[in-house]
Amino acid sequence: MAGTTHNQKNFLGVPVAKPRVAFFELSSCEGCQLQILNNEATLLDFLSLVQVVNFREAMTEKSDDYDIAFVEGSITRKDEVERLRNIRQNARVLVALGSCACFGGINQLKNRFDPDWVKRKVYGNSPVDTDKAQPLEEFVHINLRIYGCPVRKEEVERIVTNLVIGKEIHHPRYPVCMECKANENVCLFDLGEPCLGPVTRAGCDSWCPNSRAGCWGCRGPADEANMEQMRKIMAEKGFSEETLIDRLECFGGFKDSVDRIRKGQP
Amino acid sequence: MKLTCKVDVHHLSRVEGHGNITIRIQDGKLEEARWEVVETPRFFEAFLIGKKWDNAPWICGRICGICSIGHTLASIRAVENAFGIEPTEQTRKLRLLLKHMETLQSHILHLYFLAAPDFANVGSVFPLIETAPDIVARAARIKLLANDICDCIGGRRMHPTRTIVGGFTLLPTKDELRGHRDRLKEVMDDLVKTADLFRSFTLPDFIRETEFVSLKGSGQYPFIGGDLVSTDGVQKREQDYREMTNEYIVEQSTSKWSRLSRKSFAVGALARLNNNFELLHEWAREISLSFGLQPVNHNPYMNNMAQLVEAVHVAAESIDMIDELLDSEFSEPRQPVAARAGIGVGAVEVPRGILYHSYEFDDTGHIINCDCVIPTSQNHANIQHDLQELAEHYAKKGRKDRDIELLAQMLVRAYDPCISCSVH
Repeated sequence: MAGTTHNQKNFLGVPVAKPRVAFFELSSCEGCQLQILNNEATLLDFLSLVQVVNFREAMTEKSDDYDIAFVEGSITRKDEVERLRNIRQNARVLVALGSCACFGGINQLKNRFDPDWVKRKVYGNSPVDTDKAQPLEEFVHINLRIYGCPVRKEEVERIVTNLVIGKEIHHPRYPVCMECKANENVCLFDLGEPCLGPVTRAGCDSWCPNSRAGCWGCRGPADEANMEQMRKIMAEKGFSEETLIDRLECFGGFKDSVDRIRKGQP
Repeated sequence: MKLTCKVDVHHLSRVEGHGNITIRIQDGKLEEARWEVVETPRFFEAFLIGKKWDNAPWICGRICGICSIGHTLASIRAVENAFGIEPTEQTRKLRLLLKHMETLQSHILHLYFLAAPDFANVGSVFPLIETAPDIVARAARIKLLANDICDCIGGRRMHPTRTIVGGFTLLPTKDELRGHRDRLKEVMDDLVKTADLFRSFTLPDFIRETEFVSLKGSGQYPFIGGDLVSTDGVQKREQDYREMTNEYIVEQSTSKWSRLSRKSFAVGALARLNNNFELLHEWAREISLSFGLQPVNHNPYMNNMAQLVEAVHVAAESIDMIDELLDSEFSEPRQPVAARAGIGVGAVEVPRGILYHSYEFDDTGHIINCDCVIPTSQNHANIQHDLQELAEHYAKKGRKDRDIELLAQMLVRAYDPCISCSVH
């Protein structure tokens, strides 16, 4: 396994260059980066595909010369905007890694409140700098998104491999519900559990429903999401609007739908 | 010759989150030594308010990517204590097994990937893939097993899916458990080799007396729930945790600090071991003694060794627990939950020390107040005082800038801080 780093990788006989890869984190739990290290079974193979030049959580050396930057976390402070703009300047490909980077993630739940109240609630009268939590694309152009809270290692590996060999990257347009059916799970609604599987973008292999836990929509809406039907199913199965909103607003991907429901719009 | 030293570490590497170290020594005299936390806060304690009880474990698990299982379990325990729910023996065992495997994967991650490179004189584990492939493969093997068991019990190694208030959504099969028990038995040998490796490292000879705080085991080394205890003789009930954590705000840190009997205290593996040595599994106790590690040890770098001892303990105890589970009939995975007004506190020993979650609910089960006290926050003040004394100690010994810089970095790393967690 370890010896493979010496080998020149090739794809269909064509040598593949090892891109210089950097990892960064803004406001986050750093879990998505950790998922990269959590790939014990395939970690060494994965590392043989790329050259990691910046990964503060794992290494002391650092370089600003890189091709691909993976950025985890949402923006909640001005200094993070500066850091992100620098990363954007250095990187050929900027990847938003995980729900916080893609949608604001869990952190954007604080945007429901007045920012001064939020600060006072946690830090009393001591001044702490914070703005509302926002996704990366509010500030810079993003080349690629990897969805999920946390990201799923198999998906990251597939995407990075495609990136390295220059293949186009497509996300599934269909919802988690399709993967769940293919996995032959009992429908969560039949077990009396709420689930956003019918509207959430697939690609996680119905990770939560496989464990009999309903989907919370961490990957945001599928291209072909029928929100009207989703609201109808939830109501028919006896779940309150609050339960629906709790799930839709948890990771930030369904912000528009939540706004519409709150305003009483269809 | 009088020593003059200037250390500026911006965003210390191989720790979770963002912290800076500054040291100034002028003509042998310490002018400044600072441990600063600059991480951006995320305000979980504010944005949880108004949410229903079932949101709490799902959202609060996401305070931390490394100890998401610990956060989820502390959150569940707080909700269950508020609603008067007693977990079944089966749920208790499965939760502890899940917790043990998080402890194992976290300690192994810290020991091999974050701490060991300092002793091997490299900047990360990556060069060791070439120079010491057996060692890296061993680390990966132990960590993979721990994570696989977390997948099996919790549904996922990070931000678990099966863990809920009242129990589990789904149970592992006995076949899965049997397979994992056999792999755990095999991995004991890897842990013994890990101990041999760490015995070959020389720890810095730095000692500063401090107070060690942990949960107090009763019959079993403590991980989930119970009173807290300190080496200065303090003892408090789980629900009275605020009398221990005493959080206060300091200018040099976006994380709060804590103090108890002295100006600072320490939590984590070394604190647990110092307070509960007799309750360690006998294999773990033997390993501990082989490092000359017994209570009360005041060398902060020894926290690394205490983690190793705990890795052996949790692996050994997990083998026994899986045997007990295999011998029992599985019952319903979850019990019904009825919300009620009240306050609940949940204490869990996560890899870095005691974690508390506390929620207050109204009679519809909505959260009115939320408090999470993170172990790394409890350690920040102790790190600061260690850093000052360490800089003075090694300045007196005439050590060079680069030596002091490395020793300071190793000191902070020894606490295995989880900084983004501490500014949840």
